[in-house]
Amino acid sequence: MASEHIPAIDARFRLAYPGFSLDVDIKLPGRGVSALFGPSGSGKTTLLRCLAGLERTPDGYLALGGEIWQQGPAFVPTHRRPLGYVFQEASLFPHLSVRRNLEYGLRRIADGARRVSLDSAIELLGIGHLLERIPDRLSGGERQRVAIARALAVSPRILLMDEPLAALDLARKQEILPYLERLHDELEIPLVYVSHSPDEVARLADYMVLMEGGKAVASGPIHEMLTRLDLPLAHGDEAGVVIDTTVGEHDEIYHLTRLDFAGGGISVARQPYALEHHVRLRIPARDISLALERHGDSSILNVLPASVVEIADETPAHVMVRLDAGGVPLLARITRKSSALLGLKPGMAIFAQVKSVALLS
Amino acid sequence: MLTDSDYSAIRLTLELAGLTTALLLVIGTPIAWWLARTRCWWKAPVSAVVTLPLVLPPTVLGFYLLVAMGPNGFLGQFSHALGLGNLPFTFPGLVFASVLYSMPFVVQPLQNAFNAIGDRPLEVAATLRASPLDTFFSVVVPLARPGFITAAILSFAHTVGEFGVVLMIGGNIEGKTRVVSVQIYNHVEAMEYAEAHWLAGGMLAFSFLVLLAVNFFNPQGKRVSP
Repeated sequence: MASEHIPAIDARFRLAYPGFSLDVDIKLPGRGVSALFGPSGSGKTTLLRCLAGLERTPDGYLALGGEIWQQGPAFVPTHRRPLGYVFQEASLFPHLSVRRNLEYGLRRIADGARRVSLDSAIELLGIGHLLERIPDRLSGGERQRVAIARALAVSPRILLMDEPLAALDLARKQEILPYLERLHDELEIPLVYVSHSPDEVARLADYMVLMEGGKAVASGPIHEMLTRLDLPLAHGDEAGVVIDTTVGEHDEIYHLTRLDFAGGGISVARQPYALEHHVRLRIPARDISLALERHGDSSILNVLPASVVEIADETPAHVMVRLDAGGVPLLARITRKSSALLGLKPGMAIFAQVKSVALLS
Repeated sequence: MLTDSDYSAIRLTLELAGLTTALLLVIGTPIAWWLARTRCWWKAPVSAVVTLPLVLPPTVLGFYLLVAMGPNGFLGQFSHALGLGNLPFTFPGLVFASVLYSMPFVVQPLQNAFNAIGDRPLEVAATLRASPLDTFFSVVVPLARPGFITAAILSFAHTVGEFGVVLMIGGNIEGKTRVVSVQIYNHVEAMEYAEAHWLAGGMLAFSFLVLLAVNFFNPQGKRVSP
Protein backbone atom coordinates (compact mmCIF):
# COMPACT_ATOMS: atom_id res chain seq x y z
CA MET A 1 0.00 0.00 0.00
CA ALA A 2 1.79 3.12 -1.13
CA SER A 3 1.29 5.95 1.31
CA GLU A 4 -1.02 8.52 -0.12
CA HIS A 5 -0.68 12.05 1.08
CA ILE A 6 -4.12 12.93 2.29
CA PRO A 7 -3.44 14.93 5.44
CA ALA A 8 -6.44 13.54 7.28
CA ILE A 9 -5.16 14.05 10.78
CA ASP A 10 -3.93 17.46 11.76
CA ALA A 11 -2.72 17.75 15.35
CA ARG A 12 -0.95 20.30 17.49
CA PHE A 13 -0.40 19.64 21.16
CA ARG A 14 1.69 21.25 23.83
CA LEU A 15 1.87 19.85 27.32
CA ALA A 16 4.28 20.32 30.22
CA TYR A 17 4.58 18.06 33.23
CA PRO A 18 7.45 18.22 35.68
CA GLY A 19 10.27 16.42 33.91
CA PHE A 20 8.37 15.91 30.67
CA SER A 21 7.04 18.09 27.93
CA LEU A 22 5.26 17.41 24.67
CA ASP A 23 5.35 19.83 21.80
CA VAL A 24 4.18 18.44 18.48
CA ASP A 25 2.61 19.68 15.29
CA ILE A 26 1.99 16.80 12.92
CA LYS A 27 -0.10 15.81 9.95
CA LEU A 28 -0.81 12.15 9.32
CA PRO A 29 -2.24 10.51 6.19
CA GLY A 30 -5.87 9.43 6.10
CA ARG A 31 -5.07 5.84 5.14
CA GLY A 32 -2.63 3.16 6.14
CA VAL A 33 -0.56 2.75 9.26
CA SER A 34 1.24 5.71 10.77
CA ALA A 35 3.85 4.69 13.32
CA LEU A 36 4.79 6.92 16.22
CA PHE A 37 8.30 5.65 16.73
CA GLY A 38 10.90 6.54 19.33
CA PRO A 39 12.55 5.48 22.58
CA SER A 40 10.51 5.17 25.77
CA GLY A 41 9.85 8.54 27.34
CA SER A 42 9.83 10.26 23.95
CA GLY A 43 6.16 11.13 24.23
CA LYS A 44 4.65 8.61 21.82
CA THR A 45 2.00 7.33 24.20
CA THR A 46 1.20 10.81 25.47
CA LEU A 47 0.69 11.97 21.89
CA LEU A 48 -1.61 9.01 21.23
CA ARG A 49 -3.58 9.79 24.40
CA CYS A 50 -3.92 13.40 23.24
CA LEU A 51 -5.32 12.14 19.92
CA ALA A 52 -7.85 10.05 21.84
CA GLY A 53 -8.76 12.87 24.20
CA LEU A 54 -7.65 10.82 27.21
CA GLU A 55 -5.12 13.55 27.88
CA ARG A 56 -6.31 17.10 27.61
CA THR A 57 -3.85 19.80 26.58
CA PRO A 58 -4.78 23.41 27.37
CA ASP A 59 -4.77 24.82 23.85
CA GLY A 60 -4.27 21.96 21.47
CA TYR A 61 -5.74 21.53 18.04
CA LEU A 62 -6.97 18.31 16.48
CA ALA A 63 -8.90 17.74 13.29
CA LEU A 64 -9.73 14.41 11.71
CA GLY A 65 -10.86 14.45 8.11
CA GLY A 66 -11.95 18.06 8.41
CA GLU A 67 -13.91 17.47 11.60
CA ILE A 68 -12.54 19.37 14.57
CA TRP A 69 -12.16 17.41 17.79
CA GLN A 70 -10.23 19.99 19.73
CA GLN A 71 -9.67 23.69 19.23
CA GLY A 72 -9.01 26.12 22.04
CA PRO A 73 -11.59 25.50 24.76
CA ALA A 74 -13.73 23.32 22.47
CA PHE A 75 -13.02 19.70 23.28
CA VAL A 76 -14.91 16.62 22.14
CA PRO A 77 -14.70 14.14 25.06
CA THR A 78 -13.29 10.71 24.30
CA HIS A 79 -16.65 8.94 24.45
CA ARG A 80 -18.01 11.15 21.66
CA ARG A 81 -15.04 10.58 19.33
CA PRO A 82 -15.52 7.85 16.71
CA LEU A 83 -12.21 6.15 17.48
CA GLY A 84 -10.96 2.74 18.49
CA TYR A 85 -8.17 2.45 21.04
CA VAL A 86 -6.05 -0.57 21.89
CA PHE A 87 -4.06 -0.26 25.10
CA GLN A 88 -0.72 -1.87 25.82
CA GLU A 89 -2.37 -4.31 28.20
CA ALA A 90 -5.54 -5.74 26.73
CA SER A 91 -7.62 -4.25 29.58
CA LEU A 92 -10.65 -6.41 28.91
CA PHE A 93 -13.51 -5.95 31.36
CA PRO A 94 -12.99 -8.85 33.78
CA HIS A 95 -16.69 -9.02 34.71
CA LEU A 96 -17.82 -9.62 31.14
CA SER A 97 -17.38 -12.61 28.81
CA VAL A 98 -15.45 -12.16 25.60
CA ARG A 99 -18.72 -11.75 23.72
CA ARG A 100 -20.01 -9.12 26.14
CA ASN A 101 -16.69 -7.31 25.94
CA LEU A 102 -17.02 -7.19 22.17
CA GLU A 103 -20.61 -6.01 22.39
CA TYR A 104 -19.88 -3.33 24.98
CA GLY A 105 -18.88 -0.67 22.47
CA LEU A 106 -21.07 -2.01 19.68
CA ARG A 107 -24.24 -1.46 21.73
CA ARG A 108 -23.30 2.13 22.33
CA ILE A 109 -23.10 3.31 18.74
CA ALA A 110 -26.04 4.24 16.56
CA ASP A 111 -27.24 1.58 14.12
CA GLY A 112 -26.47 3.89 11.22
CA ALA A 113 -22.85 4.21 12.34
CA ARG A 114 -22.22 0.45 12.19
CA ARG A 115 -19.89 -0.17 9.30
CA VAL A 116 -17.97 -3.06 10.83
CA SER A 117 -20.07 -6.05 11.79
CA LEU A 118 -19.24 -7.95 14.94
CA ASP A 119 -18.87 -11.07 12.85
CA SER A 120 -16.29 -9.54 10.57
CA ALA A 121 -14.27 -8.24 13.53
CA ILE A 122 -14.41 -11.70 15.13
CA GLU A 123 -13.40 -13.31 11.86
CA LEU A 124 -10.59 -10.82 11.19
CA LEU A 125 -8.97 -11.53 14.58
CA GLY A 126 -9.74 -15.23 14.63
CA ILE A 127 -11.47 -15.27 18.02
CA GLY A 128 -14.69 -17.07 17.15
CA HIS A 129 -13.87 -19.97 19.48
CA LEU A 130 -13.30 -17.71 22.50
CA LEU A 131 -16.63 -15.89 22.69
CA GLU A 132 -18.09 -17.58 25.77
CA ARG A 133 -14.90 -17.49 27.81
CA ILE A 134 -14.10 -14.99 30.52
CA PRO A 135 -10.99 -12.84 30.03
CA ASP A 136 -9.20 -14.51 32.97
CA ARG A 137 -9.06 -17.74 31.01
CA LEU A 138 -7.40 -16.31 27.89
CA SER A 139 -3.72 -16.21 27.00
CA GLY A 140 -2.04 -12.84 26.63
CA GLY A 141 -2.15 -13.05 22.86
CA GLU A 142 -5.82 -14.03 22.80
CA ARG A 143 -6.69 -11.19 25.14
CA GLN A 144 -4.99 -8.66 22.92
CA ARG A 145 -6.78 -10.02 19.85
CA VAL A 146 -10.12 -9.64 21.65
CA ALA A 147 -9.15 -6.09 22.62
CA ILE A 148 -8.40 -5.24 18.99
CA ALA A 149 -11.69 -6.76 17.81
CA ARG A 150 -13.53 -4.85 20.55
CA ALA A 151 -12.00 -1.59 19.30
CA LEU A 152 -12.92 -2.41 15.70
CA ALA A 153 -16.50 -3.31 16.60
CA VAL A 154 -17.35 0.34 17.27
CA SER A 155 -16.70 1.07 13.58
CA PRO A 156 -14.06 3.67 14.37
CA ARG A 157 -12.97 6.28 11.88
CA ILE A 158 -9.45 5.97 13.27
CA LEU A 159 -7.77 3.15 15.18
CA LEU A 160 -5.18 4.08 17.80
CA MET A 161 -2.87 1.37 19.10
CA ASP A 162 -0.47 1.86 21.98
CA GLU A 163 2.30 -0.77 21.67
CA PRO A 164 -0.22 -3.61 21.53
CA LEU A 165 2.61 -6.16 21.38
CA ALA A 166 4.95 -4.73 24.00
CA ALA A 167 3.52 -6.72 26.90
CA LEU A 168 3.76 -10.02 25.00
CA ASP A 169 6.58 -12.52 24.59
CA LEU A 170 8.11 -13.27 21.22
CA ALA A 171 5.84 -16.21 20.44
CA ARG A 172 2.71 -14.18 21.22
CA LYS A 173 4.01 -11.31 19.08
CA GLN A 174 4.41 -13.69 16.16
CA GLU A 175 0.86 -14.85 16.81
CA ILE A 176 -0.58 -11.34 16.60
CA LEU A 177 1.53 -9.75 13.87
CA PRO A 178 -0.26 -11.53 11.02
CA TYR A 179 -3.57 -10.16 12.33
CA LEU A 180 -2.15 -6.66 12.45
CA GLU A 181 -0.96 -7.08 8.88
CA ARG A 182 -4.48 -8.08 7.91
CA LEU A 183 -5.76 -4.91 9.54
CA HIS A 184 -3.23 -2.97 7.53
CA ASP A 185 -4.39 -4.58 4.31
CA GLU A 186 -8.12 -4.62 4.91
CA LEU A 187 -8.98 -1.53 6.92
CA GLU A 188 -10.10 1.58 5.13
CA ILE A 189 -9.37 3.79 8.12
CA PRO A 190 -6.11 5.31 9.32
CA LEU A 191 -4.30 3.43 12.04
CA VAL A 192 -1.90 5.19 14.40
CA TYR A 193 0.51 2.73 15.94
CA VAL A 194 2.88 3.50 18.81
CA SER A 195 6.00 1.35 18.84
CA HIS A 196 9.62 1.33 19.83
CA SER A 197 10.34 -1.81 17.82
CA PRO A 198 12.02 -1.18 14.44
CA ASP A 199 10.87 -4.60 13.30
CA GLU A 200 7.17 -3.91 13.94
CA VAL A 201 7.45 -0.55 12.25
CA ALA A 202 9.18 -2.05 9.21
CA ARG A 203 6.44 -4.65 8.92
CA LEU A 204 3.41 -2.47 9.47
CA ALA A 205 4.01 1.21 8.90
CA ASP A 206 3.39 3.24 5.77
CA TYR A 207 4.11 6.53 7.42
CA MET A 208 6.32 7.31 10.33
CA VAL A 209 6.73 10.00 12.94
CA LEU A 210 10.06 9.92 14.72
CA MET A 211 9.64 11.09 18.31
CA GLU A 212 12.36 12.24 20.65
CA GLY A 213 12.22 14.22 23.88
CA GLY A 214 8.53 15.04 23.46
CA LYS A 215 9.00 16.36 19.93
CA ALA A 216 8.24 15.01 16.49
CA VAL A 217 11.77 15.16 15.10
CA ALA A 218 10.84 14.09 11.58
CA SER A 219 7.96 12.50 9.74
CA GLY A 220 7.28 11.11 6.30
CA PRO A 221 6.51 7.96 4.31
CA ILE A 222 8.37 5.00 5.76
CA HIS A 223 10.52 4.50 2.65
CA GLU A 224 11.84 8.01 2.94
CA MET A 225 12.24 7.97 6.69
CA LEU A 226 14.31 4.79 6.68
CA THR A 227 16.65 6.18 4.03
CA ARG A 228 17.09 9.77 5.16
CA LEU A 229 20.79 9.93 5.93
CA ASP A 230 20.26 12.88 8.30
CA LEU A 231 18.20 10.61 10.62
CA PRO A 232 19.59 7.92 12.93
CA LEU A 233 17.30 5.30 11.36
CA ALA A 234 19.43 5.16 8.21
CA HIS A 235 22.57 4.34 10.14
CA GLY A 236 23.99 1.40 12.02
CA ASP A 237 24.06 -2.30 11.46
CA GLU A 238 20.27 -2.63 11.32
CA ALA A 239 19.66 0.09 8.73
CA GLY A 240 17.79 -0.97 5.64
CA VAL A 241 14.88 -0.19 3.38
CA VAL A 242 11.33 -1.43 3.22
CA ILE A 243 9.85 -1.95 -0.22
CA ASP A 244 6.24 -2.68 -1.11
CA THR A 245 6.05 -5.05 -4.05
CA THR A 246 3.50 -7.12 -5.88
CA VAL A 247 3.89 -10.70 -7.04
CA GLY A 248 4.75 -10.42 -10.76
CA GLU A 249 5.55 -13.93 -11.88
CA HIS A 250 6.15 -17.45 -10.63
CA ASP A 251 9.04 -19.39 -12.18
CA GLU A 252 8.07 -23.04 -11.80
CA ILE A 253 11.29 -24.40 -13.31
CA TYR A 254 13.65 -22.79 -10.81
CA HIS A 255 11.03 -22.41 -8.12
CA LEU A 256 11.24 -18.66 -7.84
CA THR A 257 8.77 -15.82 -7.46
CA ARG A 258 9.46 -12.41 -8.92
CA LEU A 259 8.33 -9.45 -6.86
CA ASP A 260 7.92 -6.22 -8.80
CA PHE A 261 8.25 -2.63 -7.69
CA ALA A 262 9.00 0.64 -9.46
CA GLY A 263 12.75 0.00 -9.32
CA GLY A 264 12.64 -3.43 -10.97
CA GLY A 265 12.04 -7.02 -9.96
CA ILE A 266 13.42 -9.11 -7.13
CA SER A 267 13.42 -12.88 -7.30
CA VAL A 268 12.91 -14.86 -4.14
CA ALA A 269 12.22 -18.53 -3.43
CA ARG A 270 8.76 -19.60 -4.70
CA GLN A 271 6.01 -18.00 -2.59
CA PRO A 272 2.50 -19.36 -2.16
CA TYR A 273 0.86 -16.06 -3.08
CA ALA A 274 -1.32 -15.31 -6.09
CA LEU A 275 -0.20 -12.87 -8.75
CA GLU A 276 -0.71 -9.22 -7.78
CA HIS A 277 -0.55 -10.14 -4.10
CA HIS A 278 1.06 -7.43 -2.03
CA VAL A 279 4.36 -8.37 -0.35
CA ARG A 280 6.56 -6.16 1.75
CA LEU A 281 10.31 -6.71 1.64
CA ARG A 282 13.08 -5.51 3.81
CA ILE A 283 16.56 -5.16 2.35
CA PRO A 284 19.30 -4.56 4.92
CA ALA A 285 21.82 -1.94 3.86
CA ARG A 286 24.67 -4.33 4.59
CA ASP A 287 23.24 -6.82 2.08
CA ILE A 288 23.48 -4.51 -0.91
CA SER A 289 26.79 -4.27 -2.69
CA LEU A 290 27.54 -1.96 -5.60
CA ALA A 291 29.07 -2.57 -9.03
CA LEU A 292 29.79 -0.31 -11.96
CA GLU A 293 28.67 -2.94 -14.46
CA ARG A 294 26.10 -5.67 -14.51
CA HIS A 295 28.14 -8.83 -13.98
CA GLY A 296 27.00 -11.99 -15.64
CA ASP A 297 29.52 -14.02 -13.75
CA SER A 298 28.12 -13.68 -10.25
CA SER A 299 25.78 -15.85 -8.22
CA ILE A 300 23.82 -12.81 -7.22
CA LEU A 301 20.46 -12.94 -8.96
CA ASN A 302 18.98 -9.61 -8.04
CA VAL A 303 20.75 -6.69 -9.62
CA LEU A 304 18.95 -3.36 -9.82
CA PRO A 305 20.03 -0.41 -11.91
CA ALA A 306 20.18 2.67 -9.71
CA SER A 307 21.87 6.01 -9.28
CA VAL A 308 23.85 7.35 -6.35
CA VAL A 309 22.00 10.11 -4.49
CA GLU A 310 24.06 10.78 -1.42
CA ILE A 311 27.01 9.34 0.48
CA ALA A 312 27.33 9.73 4.26
CA ASP A 313 29.99 8.70 6.74
CA GLU A 314 29.09 5.70 8.79
CA THR A 315 32.10 4.31 10.68
CA PRO A 316 35.78 5.02 10.01
CA ALA A 317 35.65 1.96 7.77
CA HIS A 318 32.15 2.32 6.25
CA VAL A 319 30.00 4.71 4.31
CA MET A 320 26.21 4.63 3.80
CA VAL A 321 25.14 5.20 0.20
CA ARG A 322 21.64 6.28 -0.63
CA LEU A 323 20.52 5.11 -4.05
CA ASP A 324 17.54 5.75 -6.24
CA ALA A 325 16.10 2.80 -8.15
CA GLY A 326 13.26 3.99 -10.35
CA GLY A 327 12.18 6.49 -7.72
CA VAL A 328 12.49 4.01 -4.85
CA PRO A 329 15.25 4.79 -2.35
CA LEU A 330 17.70 2.05 -1.39
CA LEU A 331 20.53 2.01 1.14
CA ALA A 332 23.90 0.32 0.68
CA ARG A 333 26.43 0.06 3.47
CA ILE A 334 29.86 -0.47 1.91
CA THR A 335 33.44 0.07 2.99
CA ARG A 336 35.04 3.43 2.53
CA LYS A 337 37.71 1.71 0.47
CA SER A 338 35.17 0.27 -2.00
CA SER A 339 33.58 3.66 -2.34
CA ALA A 340 36.93 5.20 -3.21
CA LEU A 341 37.86 2.40 -5.64
CA LEU A 342 34.52 2.77 -7.46
CA GLY A 343 34.86 6.55 -7.37
CA LEU A 344 31.28 6.94 -6.12
CA LYS A 345 29.77 10.39 -6.61
CA PRO A 346 26.19 11.64 -6.42
CA GLY A 347 24.47 11.25 -9.76
CA MET A 348 26.53 8.24 -10.83
CA ALA A 349 24.75 5.31 -12.47
CA ILE A 350 25.43 2.06 -10.68
CA PHE A 351 24.17 -1.48 -10.18
CA ALA A 352 22.90 -2.53 -6.76
CA GLN A 353 23.49 -6.22 -6.09
CA VAL A 354 21.02 -7.52 -3.55
CA LYS A 355 22.48 -10.37 -1.53
CA SER A 356 19.44 -11.09 0.64
CA VAL A 357 15.96 -9.86 1.30
CA ALA A 358 13.54 -10.54 4.14
CA LEU A 359 9.87 -11.04 3.36
CA LEU A 360 7.82 -9.18 5.94
CA SER A 361 4.40 -10.43 4.98
CA MET B 1 -38.13 -15.97 76.26
CA LEU B 2 -38.64 -12.79 74.32
CA THR B 3 -41.36 -10.39 75.38
CA ASP B 4 -43.56 -8.22 73.14
CA SER B 5 -41.42 -5.31 74.09
CA ASP B 6 -38.33 -7.26 72.94
CA TYR B 7 -39.94 -8.04 69.59
CA SER B 8 -40.85 -4.41 69.15
CA ALA B 9 -37.23 -3.43 69.82
CA ILE B 10 -35.97 -6.01 67.32
CA ARG B 11 -38.40 -4.80 64.64
CA LEU B 12 -37.45 -1.20 65.24
CA THR B 13 -33.74 -2.04 65.12
CA LEU B 14 -34.09 -3.87 61.82
CA GLU B 15 -36.11 -0.99 60.34
CA LEU B 16 -33.57 1.53 61.50
CA ALA B 17 -30.61 -0.47 60.17
CA GLY B 18 -32.30 -1.25 56.86
CA LEU B 19 -33.35 2.31 56.19
CA THR B 20 -29.98 3.68 57.27
CA THR B 21 -28.14 1.26 55.00
CA ALA B 22 -30.33 2.08 52.01
CA LEU B 23 -29.87 5.83 52.54
CA LEU B 24 -26.14 5.43 53.09
CA LEU B 25 -25.62 3.50 49.86
CA VAL B 26 -27.30 6.36 48.02
CA ILE B 27 -25.49 9.14 49.88
CA GLY B 28 -22.16 7.41 50.49
CA THR B 29 -21.55 6.23 46.91
CA PRO B 30 -21.08 9.69 45.36
CA ILE B 31 -19.01 10.79 48.37
CA ALA B 32 -16.77 7.72 48.10
CA TRP B 33 -16.48 8.18 44.33
CA TRP B 34 -15.51 11.80 44.75
CA LEU B 35 -12.95 10.94 47.43
CA ALA B 36 -11.48 8.19 45.26
CA ARG B 37 -11.19 10.35 42.14
CA THR B 38 -10.47 13.89 43.26
CA ARG B 39 -7.06 15.48 43.55
CA CYS B 40 -8.57 18.57 45.12
CA TRP B 41 -6.92 19.89 48.32
CA TRP B 42 -10.03 19.61 50.45
CA LYS B 43 -10.21 15.88 49.91
CA ALA B 44 -8.27 15.40 53.19
CA PRO B 45 -10.59 17.51 55.40
CA VAL B 46 -13.71 15.96 53.86
CA SER B 47 -12.28 12.50 54.36
CA ALA B 48 -11.47 13.33 58.00
CA VAL B 49 -15.00 14.61 58.66
CA VAL B 50 -16.55 11.48 57.13
CA THR B 51 -14.28 9.31 59.25
CA LEU B 52 -14.85 11.21 62.52
CA PRO B 53 -17.64 8.95 63.85
CA LEU B 54 -15.10 6.13 63.81
CA VAL B 55 -13.03 7.70 66.58
CA LEU B 56 -15.50 10.02 68.30
CA PRO B 57 -17.25 8.70 71.44
CA PRO B 58 -20.88 8.11 70.41
CA THR B 59 -22.01 10.29 73.31
CA VAL B 60 -20.07 13.23 71.88
CA LEU B 61 -21.66 12.80 68.46
CA GLY B 62 -25.05 12.33 70.15
CA PHE B 63 -24.58 15.41 72.26
CA TYR B 64 -23.81 17.69 69.32
CA LEU B 65 -26.63 16.20 67.30
CA LEU B 66 -29.02 16.79 70.20
CA VAL B 67 -27.97 20.42 70.35
CA ALA B 68 -28.14 20.88 66.60
CA MET B 69 -31.53 19.20 66.41
CA GLY B 70 -32.92 21.32 69.19
CA PRO B 71 -35.39 24.13 68.46
CA ASN B 72 -32.51 26.61 68.25
CA GLY B 73 -30.05 24.36 66.44
CA PHE B 74 -29.56 24.64 62.69
CA LEU B 75 -30.83 21.11 62.07
CA GLY B 76 -33.89 21.78 64.21
CA GLN B 77 -34.73 24.96 62.34
CA PHE B 78 -34.13 23.19 59.07
CA SER B 79 -36.42 20.28 59.95
CA HIS B 80 -39.12 22.69 61.09
CA ALA B 81 -38.78 24.67 57.87
CA LEU B 82 -39.26 21.41 55.96
CA GLY B 83 -42.29 20.63 58.09
CA LEU B 84 -40.70 17.53 59.62
CA GLY B 85 -41.15 18.82 63.14
CA ASN B 86 -38.87 17.85 65.98
CA LEU B 87 -36.09 15.37 65.36
CA PRO B 88 -34.93 14.44 68.87
CA PHE B 89 -36.74 11.48 70.38
CA THR B 90 -38.27 10.50 67.03
CA PHE B 91 -37.53 7.71 64.57
CA PRO B 92 -36.52 10.14 61.74
CA GLY B 93 -34.06 11.72 64.17
CA LEU B 94 -32.59 8.28 64.85
CA VAL B 95 -32.26 7.59 61.14
CA PHE B 96 -30.50 10.90 60.60
CA ALA B 97 -28.06 10.22 63.43
CA SER B 98 -27.43 6.66 62.27
CA VAL B 99 -26.62 7.82 58.77
CA LEU B 100 -23.90 10.09 60.14
CA TYR B 101 -22.72 7.51 62.65
CA SER B 102 -22.37 4.67 60.11
CA MET B 103 -21.12 6.81 57.22
CA PRO B 104 -17.45 5.74 57.45
CA PHE B 105 -18.47 2.09 57.29
CA VAL B 106 -19.96 2.69 53.85
CA VAL B 107 -17.59 5.30 52.46
CA GLN B 108 -14.34 3.51 53.29
CA PRO B 109 -15.01 0.13 51.68
CA LEU B 110 -16.49 1.86 48.64
CA GLN B 111 -13.57 4.26 48.35
CA ASN B 112 -11.12 1.36 48.57
CA ALA B 113 -13.05 -0.57 45.94
CA PHE B 114 -13.14 2.45 43.61
CA ASN B 115 -9.43 3.08 44.11
CA ALA B 116 -8.64 -0.53 43.28
CA ILE B 117 -10.38 -0.23 39.91
CA GLY B 118 -7.95 2.47 38.77
CA ASP B 119 -8.17 4.67 35.70
CA ARG B 120 -7.75 2.09 32.97
CA PRO B 121 -11.25 0.51 32.88
CA LEU B 122 -12.74 4.02 32.82
CA GLU B 123 -10.54 5.00 29.89
CA VAL B 124 -11.37 1.79 28.06
CA ALA B 125 -15.08 2.47 28.54
CA ALA B 126 -14.65 6.02 27.24
CA THR B 127 -12.96 4.73 24.08
CA LEU B 128 -15.95 2.39 23.69
CA ARG B 129 -18.40 5.30 23.68
CA ALA B 130 -19.62 5.03 27.27
CA SER B 131 -20.37 8.36 28.94
CA PRO B 132 -19.05 8.83 32.50
CA LEU B 133 -22.44 8.00 34.05
CA ASP B 134 -22.86 4.98 31.78
CA THR B 135 -19.34 3.87 32.73
CA PHE B 136 -20.16 4.18 36.40
CA PHE B 137 -23.11 1.83 36.20
CA SER B 138 -21.80 -0.58 33.54
CA VAL B 139 -18.18 -0.89 34.71
CA VAL B 140 -17.55 0.65 38.12
CA VAL B 141 -20.53 -0.80 40.00
CA PRO B 142 -19.99 -4.39 38.81
CA LEU B 143 -16.25 -4.21 39.44
CA ALA B 144 -16.80 -2.69 42.90
CA ARG B 145 -19.49 -5.21 43.85
CA PRO B 146 -17.56 -6.74 46.77
CA GLY B 147 -17.08 -3.20 48.09
CA PHE B 148 -20.82 -2.51 47.92
CA ILE B 149 -21.66 -5.76 49.70
CA THR B 150 -19.11 -5.09 52.44
CA ALA B 151 -20.37 -1.54 52.82
CA ALA B 152 -23.98 -2.68 53.14
CA ILE B 153 -23.19 -5.42 55.66
CA LEU B 154 -20.97 -3.22 57.81
CA SER B 155 -23.40 -0.31 57.80
CA PHE B 156 -26.31 -2.57 58.75
CA ALA B 157 -24.36 -4.28 61.51
CA HIS B 158 -22.92 -1.09 62.89
CA THR B 159 -26.33 0.55 63.05
CA VAL B 160 -27.77 -2.50 64.82
CA GLY B 161 -25.06 -2.16 67.45
CA GLU B 162 -25.60 1.55 68.00
CA PHE B 163 -26.17 2.49 71.66
CA GLY B 164 -24.66 5.77 72.80
CA VAL B 165 -26.00 7.95 70.03
CA VAL B 166 -29.49 6.45 70.35
CA LEU B 167 -29.58 7.06 74.08
CA MET B 168 -28.45 10.67 73.66
CA ILE B 169 -30.93 11.73 70.98
CA GLY B 170 -33.56 9.01 70.90
CA GLY B 171 -34.01 8.10 74.48
CA ASN B 172 -35.86 5.01 75.36
CA ILE B 173 -39.38 5.28 73.96
CA GLU B 174 -40.91 1.88 73.31
CA GLY B 175 -41.98 1.36 69.70
CA LYS B 176 -40.44 4.64 68.62
CA THR B 177 -36.81 4.78 69.59
CA ARG B 178 -36.11 1.81 71.82
CA VAL B 179 -33.71 -0.43 69.89
CA VAL B 180 -32.24 -3.80 70.94
CA SER B 181 -29.09 -2.43 72.52
CA VAL B 182 -31.14 -0.10 74.70
CA GLN B 183 -33.57 -2.91 75.51
CA ILE B 184 -30.68 -5.06 76.77
CA TYR B 185 -29.58 -2.17 78.95
CA ASN B 186 -33.14 -1.91 80.34
CA HIS B 187 -33.25 -5.63 81.12
CA VAL B 188 -29.95 -5.46 82.98
CA GLU B 189 -31.05 -2.36 84.90
CA ALA B 190 -34.18 -4.30 85.95
CA MET B 191 -32.06 -7.34 86.89
CA GLU B 192 -33.83 -9.41 84.15
CA TYR B 193 -30.69 -11.34 83.23
CA ALA B 194 -32.52 -14.19 81.48
CA GLU B 195 -34.19 -11.77 79.03
CA ALA B 196 -30.90 -9.91 78.57
CA HIS B 197 -29.24 -13.22 77.73
CA TRP B 198 -31.67 -13.96 74.92
CA LEU B 199 -31.14 -10.60 73.25
CA ALA B 200 -27.40 -10.39 73.92
CA GLY B 201 -26.86 -13.94 72.66
CA GLY B 202 -28.83 -13.09 69.53
CA MET B 203 -26.65 -10.03 68.93
CA LEU B 204 -23.51 -12.12 69.46
CA ALA B 205 -24.60 -14.68 66.88
CA PHE B 206 -25.67 -11.91 64.51
CA SER B 207 -22.33 -10.12 64.77
CA PHE B 208 -20.42 -13.34 64.19
CA LEU B 209 -22.45 -14.10 61.07
CA VAL B 210 -21.86 -10.58 59.79
CA LEU B 211 -18.11 -10.88 60.05
CA LEU B 212 -18.28 -14.30 58.43
CA ALA B 213 -20.24 -12.79 55.56
CA VAL B 214 -17.75 -9.95 55.10
CA ASN B 215 -14.93 -12.47 54.89
CA PHE B 216 -16.89 -14.52 52.43
CA PHE B 217 -17.38 -11.59 50.06
CA ASN B 218 -13.82 -10.33 50.44
CA PRO B 219 -11.66 -13.43 50.43
CA GLN B 220 -7.97 -12.95 51.10
CA GLY B 221 -5.74 -13.22 48.03
CA LYS B 222 -8.41 -12.00 45.69
CA ARG B 223 -8.15 -13.06 42.08
CA VAL B 224 -6.28 -10.49 40.10
CA SER B 225 -7.70 -9.72 36.70
CA PRO B 226 -5.61 -8.03 34.06
